[in-house]
Amino acid sequence: MSFIKTAASTLAITAVTATAAAARDNVQVAGSSTVLPYASIVAEAFGDNTDFPTPVVESGGSSAGLARFCEGIGENTIDIANASRGIRAGEIEECAANGVTDIIEVRIGYDGIVFASQIDGPDFSAFTPSDIFNALAPQVMVDGELVDNPHTQWSDFNADLPAADILAFIPGTKHGTREVFEEKVIAVGCEETGAHDAMIAAGMSEDDAEDACLAVRTDGLSVDIDGDYTETLASIDANPNAVGVFGLAFYENNTDTLKVATMSGVEPTTETIAAGDYPVSRPLYFYIKGAHIGVIPGLKEYAQFFMADELAGPDGPLAQYGLVSDPELAATQAMIEAEEAM
Amino acid sequence: MTDTPKTSLLTVDARTRKRNAAEKRFKAYGIVAIAIGLLFLVVLLTSILRSGLPAFTTTVVALEATITQEDVDAAEGQLLKTAAYEALLVAKVNEFLVERGSTIEVDEDFITDRLVPKTGATIREFYKENPDQIGQTVTFDLPASTRISRYFEGDLLREDVTDSRFLEVADLDVVDVMIDAGLITTAFDWNFITGTDTAVDNPGGAGIGASVIGSFFMMIVVLLLALPIGVAASIYLEEFAPKNRLTDLIEVNISNLAAVPSIVFGILGLAVFIQFAHLPQSAPLVGGLVLTLMTLPTIIISTRASLKSVPPSIRDAALGVGASKMQAVFHHVLPLAMPGILTGTIIGLAQALGETAPLLLIGMVGYVAREYPDGIISGFVDSNSAMPAQIYTWAARADTGFYEKAWGGIIVLLVFLLTMNLIAILLRRRFERRW
Repeated sequence: MSFIKTAASTLAITAVTATAAAARDNVQVAGSSTVLPYASIVAEAFGDNTDFPTPVVESGGSSAGLARFCEGIGENTIDIANASRGIRAGEIEECAANGVTDIIEVRIGYDGIVFASQIDGPDFSAFTPSDIFNALAPQVMVDGELVDNPHTQWSDFNADLPAADILAFIPGTKHGTREVFEEKVIAVGCEETGAHDAMIAAGMSEDDAEDACLAVRTDGLSVDIDGDYTETLASIDANPNAVGVFGLAFYENNTDTLKVATMSGVEPTTETIAAGDYPVSRPLYFYIKGAHIGVIPGLKEYAQFFMADELAGPDGPLAQYGLVSDPELAATQAMIEAEEAM
Repeated sequence: MTDTPKTSLLTVDARTRKRNAAEKRFKAYGIVAIAIGLLFLVVLLTSILRSGLPAFTTTVVALEATITQEDVDAAEGQLLKTAAYEALLVAKVNEFLVERGSTIEVDEDFITDRLVPKTGATIREFYKENPDQIGQTVTFDLPASTRISRYFEGDLLREDVTDSRFLEVADLDVVDVMIDAGLITTAFDWNFITGTDTAVDNPGGAGIGASVIGSFFMMIVVLLLALPIGVAASIYLEEFAPKNRLTDLIEVNISNLAAVPSIVFGILGLAVFIQFAHLPQSAPLVGGLVLTLMTLPTIIISTRASLKSVPPSIRDAALGVGASKMQAVFHHVLPLAMPGILTGTIIGLAQALGETAPLLLIGMVGYVAREYPDGIISGFVDSNSAMPAQIYTWAARADTGFYEKAWGGIIVLLVFLLTMNLIAILLRRRFERRW
């Protein structure tokens, strides 16, 4: 029995010291799975290049991350929340109610996606969200009626588009970009074509109609790509008529084989995305808990390291992985330096 | 007198034929069922091995470098020191290409982005630990990028390569020269077994080691809590407790708990251990506590079964010679039940080892198993992942290199589970007594 006694007391001691040992020396980050790849790249480089331990980056989604961020102050709460959207007023209130004030908002850069096709393929040079919706939705509006998608060629619904068979390679559901694709293209197209109103008129609730709007056709004309953009590129190479969804950075590295289409008349470039003109993009953020700066070692340094030109700049590893670098990087760097809260 | 038809055991009548046929059919169904089961097993194992074994080997590029004190100082002065160290390899690679009569000259991007990306930390670490090697010519064995190793292994053909940030067609000429010179080889990837998780753009460096340690500490917590609590509860319920409504209710509830889906324990753990008791996030201690809740019913049920299987004559004999109830239990019944208890415990542990769902909720997915714990307490309370959670994390990442790692992780996990089950079988064979 003495073994069990020793074991039990060891465990009791461990549990007691756990609270004491939690004088944590690493930065803890949680939140958006879209930001997770970038944060993990920075965290690894931060651990390799500084004397601080590698930060922990958990996924779980923007809302879950911000909820944990707002739980309170102290070593048992996270220091940074990653988010693929801005913090909401309600969340700031929730934070304030738990004593989390002095939140520093850092815009990492932008997540932009483009529609590209083979450089020698049909002339896909201008799309609108309605075009993409008409091509890819399972149900579309034809002559004012909501019907199962009859379109097989792009010219079926827009005479300006080439008479080529519809085939699109879109990000799979486990990609962060899928969300942008759904929100900024498919959902907008759904509204514009009137399919959304028609669904509600047909007796669907507002929520159901919004969900139904995000669906894509399953007859093989729209293909989910779960791998990286290289896989999409390989599929485009094999199918001259296909249109694929890429990150802007990826397209820019492959301009010799791909040509890009404008969206609602705006050409995707770093400038148009940064200026907010190109519609299919969104800013990515992380939020720092001001009260933890100086308490958790390496927190400010991590934020500074993240936003340094070498990482978040246009030639850095984050841009290589697909982030559209923020042209106002210098302002953000100065803001972190001054610990300016929102 | 009633008229009974004459029958003989030697002539087979219609009814017997029917019964025999039914038996034959049933046997055939059984064999078919087993064959289908085996077929699935074979398909599963081959696909696991085929997809997972490549994770255990790595393509290594042997690169020479002569790095001077000035180089080191310059690199240390940069923000991204590791990339600066990688760039220092360029000079020797170009010297090598000239020696081999090649007219190609490579630039820094070739080394840092496409040939051996993300290896700067290894080089920096080496010079930190061996300052006397500064200025000497050192050969580094560095893991090649995913695409170059696929090219080397013949999975990626030259005609399929298009210029991208990962690989340019012209790079392959340099790689061919290196292959001819024997600089590129395949080696067993110890780093996969011992290493830590890496960032999403570095599948080559990822290893499952840190999460194996995380799983180990969790299993210690489970063992230290679930075994004593489970055994004490079962001994009391089986040997001492009165049989009444209350103990019946407890019994029913233990059986019900054993069937509760594991994710429920995860939510419970999140609410109780993290949000209420403020134990640290993503810590193996919390993971262990959650898995203890999950394993307890299994251990209690198997312990009670093995206590029950000890014949009452043993108890009666002990009591008969004047032993107290407690002496009878601890001196006679418990030792005889021990093999069964241990087997049940190991099976419970193996079940806990493979459990992912509750760990998702207590923060063990993401980029978590990125450092080894430094010490025993740190092993319990510092953020870490566990094997199944690590596999889940890898499988969800976009880079195909991680997908391979996930399959490799499954093999490691299966090896652990098989070993534990084997120990359980051996214990049972060796110590179990039949009456």
